[in-house]
Order: sequence, then C-alpha cells, then structure tokens
Amino acid sequence: MIRTQVAIIGAGPAGLAAAVELAQEQVDVLLIDEQEKPGGQLVKQIHKFFGSHKHYAGIRGIEIADQLFSEAKALGVKILANTAAYGLFGNRQIGIHKPHTYELGIVEADRIILATGASENPLWFPGWTLPGVMGAGAFQTMINVHRVLPGKKVVIVGSGNVGLIVAFQALQAGADVLMICEALPWVGGYEVHAAKVQRQGVPICLRTTIERALGQEGVEKIVLIRLDEHGKPIPGSAREIEADTVCISVGLSPLAELAWMAGCQFCYIDAMGGWIPVHDAWMKTTAENIWVAGDVAGIEEASTAIEEGRLAALGVALSLGVMREETAIDRRKEVTERLTELRMGPFGETRRIAKDPLCSL
Amino acid sequence: MKLMVSKKTRKFEIIIECPEEIPCNPCEEACPRGAISVGVPITNLPVLDSAKCSGCGLCIPACPGQAIFIFEEREDGETIVGLPYEMLPSLEKGNQVMLLDRNGVDVGTGEVVKAVSPPTYSRTALVQVRCSPTVARDVRAVKKVLK
Amino acid sequence: MRIMDHPVLGPMTPRREVEFFFEGRKMKGMEGEPIAAALMAMGIRVLRRSKWYGQPRGIFCAIGLCTDCMVVVDRVPNVRSCATPLREGMDIRMQLTSDGMRTLR
Repeated sequence: MIRTQVAIIGAGPAGLAAAVELAQEQVDVLLIDEQEKPGGQLVKQIHKFFGSHKHYAGIRGIEIADQLFSEAKALGVKILANTAAYGLFGNRQIGIHKPHTYELGIVEADRIILATGASENPLWFPGWTLPGVMGAGAFQTMINVHRVLPGKKVVIVGSGNVGLIVAFQALQAGADVLMICEALPWVGGYEVHAAKVQRQGVPICLRTTIERALGQEGVEKIVLIRLDEHGKPIPGSAREIEADTVCISVGLSPLAELAWMAGCQFCYIDAMGGWIPVHDAWMKTTAENIWVAGDVAGIEEASTAIEEGRLAALGVALSLGVMREETAIDRRKEVTERLTELRMGPFGETRRIAKDPLCSL
Repeated sequence: MKLMVSKKTRKFEIIIECPEEIPCNPCEEACPRGAISVGVPITNLPVLDSAKCSGCGLCIPACPGQAIFIFEEREDGETIVGLPYEMLPSLEKGNQVMLLDRNGVDVGTGEVVKAVSPPTYSRTALVQVRCSPTVARDVRAVKKVLK
Repeated sequence: MRIMDHPVLGPMTPRREVEFFFEGRKMKGMEGEPIAAALMAMGIRVLRRSKWYGQPRGIFCAIGLCTDCMVVVDRVPNVRSCATPLREGMDIRMQLTSDGMRTLR
C-alpha cells in the first residue's frame, strides 16, 4: 500500500501543472502515469504553442513537458511511471497495475485528481481494420516519439487542428501527404494551420470523406466520395487513389472511466467531446475527494489543461486546509483569467459557454 | 494585413496573414521595436506600425502559425522574399529552391541569399530568397531543388 | 523506415541495437523502443490476425489503449506491442486467437 496526500492520475499537462501547484504548498503528491515518459500528449507535440507568454506561446509542446516535469521533480513530486490506474475504490484507493512487471498495488490518497486525458475517436468504414489505418495521434506518436514512419502515402480524414497539425508534421517527417479530406463544407481548424500545409501542396478537399480502404495485408488504395449539402454520398462521385496510410482525426473523447467508477455525475456536451464529469469552478466533481482537470473534463487543448490542473490543485489545497480561502480565491482568479483568455474568440466560444455555469454546480 | 514600408535604404513589405481571432501574440512579443500590436484581448488581429518597423524579420520565425512574410526590393533591383522554414533539407546560401504559392503550385525558382536558424528562433529558420519580382508576392513556401 | 534526421527533433540518438525474433525470423531493433516501432522500422505492419476471419491487424491508437496491436512475446499473449519495450532476444509471434493459444512451430 502506497500512501500519499494527493494522488494525480495522469502526468500530462493537467496532471503535471496540478502537481507543481500542490507541491509548492508542501503537499505530498504522487503522480501516476501509464506511459514510460511523462508529459501526456505534449511529448509528441513538436509545434510551437499559440497564446501569450503566460501560456507558453512560441514554445514547443515537447519543451513544455520537460519544463513542467523538471519543476515537479525539483519540488519533490513522486511519479509512478509505467503504471496504470485501473480502478477507484471508496474514492480513496486506487488500484494500480504495472503491465511490464505484472505487479499489482494500491495507492491510498486523501484527495484524487483525475487528469487522464482523452482518446481518439475511430471512424468506421469498410477496411478500417487494415494495417495502415490509424488515429492521426497514433501517426504522430510513431513519427515524433518513436521516430518511425508508418507509411509514405498518407491521407488524413478530418480537418480539425489535429488533422492539420499532423499533416504538417507528416511532411516534416518525410511522408507524402496526398490530401486532407473533410466531410463538412469548411475547414475545422485554424486558417493558419491549413495555410501551412496547403502551401506545401497538400489539398484540403471539402465535402469529401473516405468510403473504404482496400488492400490485402494493409492499405493499398482508398476510395473517396463526395457529399452533398445534406451530407449524403453523391452517387458516381467515388474515386480511388493509391495510399498506404489513413490517419483518422475526427475528434477525441474523454477517458473518464475512473470518474464513472467513482460515481461522478456526468453531463453530455457535444462540443466538449460528449460525456464529461460535472465539475465546479474548482474542478471538483460531484463525488467525494475527486477532482478533474484537462481533456477528461472536456476536450480542449494543452494550454487550457495546464490552467485547469492549477485550478484543481487550488481546490484540493483549499479542501485540505493547507491554503487560506482568501489566497485560494485570489490565485483562482489569476488562473481563471488566463483560462478565459484562451477561450476567447470564435474557436473558444462554445467551450467558454460550456465551461460556464452550464456544467457547474 | 500588408504594409509597404520605405526606409532610407530599404523598401519592403510585411505581410501578416493572420485572419482569425485566435488567442495569440508572440509576434507582438518578438518585435524589438514594438511595431506589432495585438493588445488585449489577445485575440485581436496584429496591427503593424510602419513608422516603427525596421524590417528585421524577427516576427517571422516567432509566429507559431508561420504566417508572416517579408518582401523586399533592394537598391540593385533584386527582389527578396523572407519566410519561415521548418523542413529538411536545411537551406543555405546559394541553394536553388522551387517557389511555391499558397496552394503549393510551383511559380518559379529562386536562390537562397541567407538562411539563419539561431537558437532563439527555436528551430524555425528564417530564409531569404532572391526571386523574380513578378512572382515574389505569391511565394509562401520554398523547396530545395534536388539535383 | 526510421526518421534519422528531422527539422525540429534533430538527428536521432541511436540506442543499443538488439537482436530479436519475429515469427522465427531474426531481426534487429533498438533496445527499449516499442515492439511495434521496431517491427515498423523493419517494414512490418501486420502484427496479428483476427480470430474468425484471419484478417491482418496492425497498430491503431499507438498509445496502449485499443489493443489492436497485440502480439505473443516469449509465449505470453495479449502483449500490446505499441506499449511494450523491446528487449534483446525476445521471441515475438503474431497473435492468431483471442486467448493467444497456439502451437509454436
């Protein structure tokens, strides 16, 4: 049995930021992460972040991960890497499993922050099980973390920021990106991300989607179809192109199983990725001792995850009695201001509205 | 937004193709002369003050969206395009490059006159390419010509 | 194919090269990299076959969640090749049934 004051499940941007914030208050913090290297999705984000100086603008995701982790280590935060948290029991005990050594264990904590992030959504079409069809994030992991190219003739399905960014990174890794197809009549992500790839010759085909992938032992060809204004396939519009890799980027969904187990109340918000645990302005859920932060509390980005991690940490610190309410409220105001800045503009609007009272207690 | 700037010895145009309100202001931070303003809220589109701009190009590698370009007409009649570059092979002076427009269409060839990538640029190189004045303003990317 | 050089990540820092076996064939990979990455670098993307129709399967999420990439390692089934580090001498086989039971050739 491992005892700690606060256990944070997930050492991505939200978890790391929460750990740093808590450790600064001399709270005993244990980070649990199933990957070998902490940093969550930051470890594959080789692009420079937007935002302002306070939001790590201009710094690459990989560097932010290093920075946060160094800060955490310097403050004495302990981390259990290669460790999966498979269950929450009595909202105080976490069942842990180390897949490489088959060890099982229990972590007991007074407070738990779930910063488990999200997983990529699949897209089901005939041939989707063929080797070569993968998530866009999966492709990104292989090229940026493991430095291996899964294929050379890549088609990307979905033009949100993930698809647009992975397309550019695929080019940087030496792949040929044949196109990005988008079912809607507009590009989902930022114009600037789209421009970066279009000027490299990657077309973004709107009202186009993948009908099927073909091949014997892996993707060899794909069939694209055009969609009409009702989103229905246009008969006769099918065309076949040679490709060996299909990257699916059609959104993310929170990895919230532990929150379900803990009995947290959920609400369904499409714009935030579906079912998210209901939480208040301190990121506290409806379940005793359980806080949430980052993508598990609604799909956004790493910069917002960092700020939410800090909010959760403040909430936990306050509840533990290690911080005066006045201080906690002041600090929360600072963090919330930075968070609100990130949610401004047309891209942030739906998220800002969702995160406002709609989803709080 | 575009701005034609005429300085004593240099005539150049800065293009900041940043059309959407996204929380972002590294261009404002990067400019040593305060020539770019974003202000508050940081979703404001950047505004360039020609009186303050010296055409140093520091904003070009700083922009995380790689959306800033400089077009310069030198005294000797040369047209130079300055743009961000984050690909392989790395470029150096003398390299012949294909000039690509915003759709990746080949609009001509040019020669690299300068390529710098100091640590402060965090691995985004600033490349200056000499090219024909008729195509210069269409150039948004370059690709090394492989022999 | 390994990405030996990269505009942002720089040249690859090689790790210790180790020998391992896939379907009885001797292969080389880098110690500690995910099994799926070592196989991918050797041009292999079919990691197992589906139980009923024997259809080829490879990586999908590459982050240890979806279990599409399972292989049998040293006679132990259900090993997620995208999330398990390669070690010298590993005997890796395609997983052909859901319980990994098969006669080794």
